[in-house]
Amino acid sequence: MPKRTPFHDCIAPYNETEIWKRWSGYLVPPNLQYSIDTEYYAIRNSVSLLDTSPLFKYRFCGPDAVDILSSSMVRPIHQLAIGRAQYNIWCDDYGFVVQDGVLLRLAENEFFLTAGEAALRWFRQVARRCNLEAESVSDVSDQYGILALQGPHAFSVISQFDKDSALASLSYFGVAQIEIASRQVIVSRTGYTGDLGYEIWIPSIDAATVWRAIIEAGSGYNLTPIGTTALKMSRVEAGLLLMDVDFSSSRFMFGPSEKETPNELGFHWMLKNLDSDNREFIGRHAIEKEILSGSSRWTTIGLTVDPQSYVDRFQSAGLIPEKGNVYCESTHSLYRRSGQPWDYAGYATSFLYSSLLKQPIAIGKLPSDLATPGTQVDLEIEVARRPELVTATVSRMPFFNPSRKTQVFSKQEVKDASGV
Amino acid sequence: MRQAYDAIVVGAGHNGLVNASYLAKAGKKTLLLEQNEVVGGAAITEELLPGFHFTTFSYAISLLRPDIVQDLNLVQHGLMILPMPRTFQPGYDGNYLLLGSDAEDNYHEIARHSLEDAEGYRELSFRIKQVCHALHPIMDSIPPNIQSQDPSEVAAVEALKTYLEGLPPEVSGMIKRFYECSAAEILDDYLQSDLLKAMIASSGIIGSHCSPLSKESGIVWLFHKLGEYDGQLGEWGFHKNGNGGFTQVVARAFQSFGGEIRTNAPVSRVLYGDTGTTGVELMDGEVIDANIVVSALDPRQTFRKMVEPSDLPADLIASIDAYQFRGTAAKVNFALSGLPKFPGLDDSEKIFDGFTNIGPSIRYLEEAFKDSQSGRFSRRPFIDCCIQSLIDPSMSPPGKHVMSCFVMYCPSQLSNSDWEAEKTPLGDTVQETLEEFFPGFSKLVIHREVVTPKDIQSRTGLSQGDIFAGQLFSSQLFTHRPAPGWNQYRTPIKGYYQCGSGTHPGGCVSGGPGKLAARQILGDCSTQSI
Ligand SMILES: Cc1cc2nc3c(=O)[nH]c(=O)nc-3n(C[C@H](O)[C@H](O)[C@H](O)COP(=O)(O)OP(=O)(O)OC[C@H]3O[C@@H](n4cnc5c(N)ncnc54)[C@H](O)[C@@H]3O)c2cc1C
Repeated sequence: MPKRTPFHDCIAPYNETEIWKRWSGYLVPPNLQYSIDTEYYAIRNSVSLLDTSPLFKYRFCGPDAVDILSSSMVRPIHQLAIGRAQYNIWCDDYGFVVQDGVLLRLAENEFFLTAGEAALRWFRQVARRCNLEAESVSDVSDQYGILALQGPHAFSVISQFDKDSALASLSYFGVAQIEIASRQVIVSRTGYTGDLGYEIWIPSIDAATVWRAIIEAGSGYNLTPIGTTALKMSRVEAGLLLMDVDFSSSRFMFGPSEKETPNELGFHWMLKNLDSDNREFIGRHAIEKEILSGSSRWTTIGLTVDPQSYVDRFQSAGLIPEKGNVYCESTHSLYRRSGQPWDYAGYATSFLYSSLLKQPIAIGKLPSDLATPGTQVDLEIEVARRPELVTATVSRMPFFNPSRKTQVFSKQEVKDASGV
Repeated sequence: MRQAYDAIVVGAGHNGLVNASYLAKAGKKTLLLEQNEVVGGAAITEELLPGFHFTTFSYAISLLRPDIVQDLNLVQHGLMILPMPRTFQPGYDGNYLLLGSDAEDNYHEIARHSLEDAEGYRELSFRIKQVCHALHPIMDSIPPNIQSQDPSEVAAVEALKTYLEGLPPEVSGMIKRFYECSAAEILDDYLQSDLLKAMIASSGIIGSHCSPLSKESGIVWLFHKLGEYDGQLGEWGFHKNGNGGFTQVVARAFQSFGGEIRTNAPVSRVLYGDTGTTGVELMDGEVIDANIVVSALDPRQTFRKMVEPSDLPADLIASIDAYQFRGTAAKVNFALSGLPKFPGLDDSEKIFDGFTNIGPSIRYLEEAFKDSQSGRFSRRPFIDCCIQSLIDPSMSPPGKHVMSCFVMYCPSQLSNSDWEAEKTPLGDTVQETLEEFFPGFSKLVIHREVVTPKDIQSRTGLSQGDIFAGQLFSSQLFTHRPAPGWNQYRTPIKGYYQCGSGTHPGGCVSGGPGKLAARQILGDCSTQSI
């Protein structure tokens, strides 16, 4: 039987499609309105509200919490200050990525972690392996719901609850604890949209109360409850990877071709200071070997598709170019422009016609000689049921990166916002 | 009138049927001889009372080698394997586990018992799939002969070693654990919930003289995972009208290739002389000629009954005598007036459409085993139930049901009684046990059929009622099944072959032995002139 998130009954009245899909066994709407674009533009132009409660949530607590995380995570934990969040990944012994997640540090010895797949046993096994207290890790998935409040007006909405101005000064990836409708919640300035936004951890029993308060606070800002599809579209523009689409957990993959290292996923930046970091985290040796021998098979890159070449393919087939709502999680092959026809080079995983950027973009995998920004490759699309090639250029991600994402607000703006 | 055939297959169990079909398809004039009224052996379905179809012996299918389906055009002859979407494990005090075909749902169902197990279960299932994937090529090839000096055999042994050494360490490590450890030990690496462990551990004892704590249970468990349901490794299905429905399909395939079946035709011995095999003699004295005779019987019958043991090498006979047959199981099949109810779960149709496992803890299974050690059947038995009419409604009148119960432990030799006397007490014990988990069960019973290990032996010829024609222990698998040096379907007598479950890959409705034996026979035919 599918499970329901603590916000299920709050969302149901908004779900005009009455379609629910399952995410980790929980019912969530892929979209609430028939117009997915409307939901998408709430993220980019007003403010959106999304229930991400199906994420697995873990609490690391006690004297061994830091050691367990340090033994697992690729990025060092000691650099994560109290009241800060960190995007991190963890690997297996072979240096293949198991999962990614966002870690919040609430106190010296207290962390919260979100993950796309179950990880309790993983971290407890790490603890056991290192002779640390396994019970330091607990599953709090059912104790909390999470709402993502994302969009240019996210601050205007949430600052209405910000009595102590804790949020005004909250920088990107900062964490604060505030009250919403007299309920204690944890707020992190994080999100999966690449926009200004917050993620709010709410005790499940307070879910409905907090939901109502946020909806009310958003009434002047076109606050729009959205489904998961709009979120996924925006995350491609933000260049953020999605597990099971852009990579798979090495834990459950058969062949090495389905497993990827941090380097291959484009996470070189996480490994920059490996020399000055003397932790023995899982996979470290394999990763160092890979760097030393240059054995990475590919890297994950952004691709922008030449809009004219894209439109031309459709027009020459007598078709109207497919633009709206083109968000695709299946594989598109990439070919080297070597003069040889169909010279296979790699593949794209997420493909989006970005309504905002007015061009198709994708996340892809290419060998290092083709991975330099500016390099052109051919990307295969289907036009009139036939394979066609369009020109794609390797690009830096994110594709869209508004300054408001990291903007710091003044107290004045708080007043302005709450005055509306 | 004496009729000559190219090949005679003795015993129309599913392996005999598969073997005979391959031979007939290859153009051999093939005769299949069966002692019983119907073909199928341990895979038959019988209408014991009007409208109620009982799977007398075996009841589910998974290990069937997929290439047999294609090679013998089985779909065209009516093959239809239905899914068994759920497994139900009732516990005590309203406790239960109900797993289905969705991984996310299973996660949450197991999480009710243990959050770590929900993840551990996925990890364990994945590891087993990796192992099975790695072992499939071995299932489908003739194992090397480790006693042969023939360069090609020596090379085959080497190639196998290289293959196994080339597997990822986590896969070879897990294979090693299956070979060396009990099911319980392996389960302890991944799980904590006893209910869940017991559910899985039952695969490690099926038909075997071992408890989940015995070392042998690891390999028995692995063996039962080596099949698939449409590519879903380790999953089981249910053939329309039971495994008897399946053997009827193969019989039609055999006939479509021009094969001939004679039932009520028990063979008394295989005939051979200096030049090799010449035919068979039936119980009534009739002699039928053929230069190829394939025994689809178990190894004891193949080497001790069908031919004169003194004509065979002494070491082979010694191996066959040492080869372990153990009767461990019985069947109790019910006709029911309605579906049983599990307190707290109202929708019975949603819990019984797969296997239902009675054996709520490792300890329960262990106790059942211990209880049988004194030469009696377990007073609280392990029962693998399946209400087959929920999967295939044509097996019972509307609203009524047939329920197959595989019951352990039931040793073939009882110390202070015999199976004729114990038949009713066994039936009663099973019914009482089911009543404990499904209150009101007994009131549903319209009819009950008890099939004891003695019945299995007398009706199928499986020695001791061993359901696998020899235990699936590592000492008698692969290069050692049924005996080292004689694991390649040949026998010391030219033209006389073996293809029963006592040959590689082993027991269960897999068809593997029949298929691989045919490959060997046809290969020999093309190189030697038989
Ligand atoms: C109670 C029980 C439950 C089982 N459950 C399952 C299950 O659910 N799934 C599964 O995959 N496997 C199951 N098995 C195992 C599986 O059924 C057997 O391994 C398999 O069917 C054996 O097939 P076979 O062709 O090798 O031998 P058999 O089926 O034993 O065939 C041998 C045939 O030879 C005939 N015969 C014997 N002697 C002579 C003679 N002298 N002359 C002529 N004919 C002779 C017999 O009558 C019989 O038809 C079960 C077995 C039993 C007994």
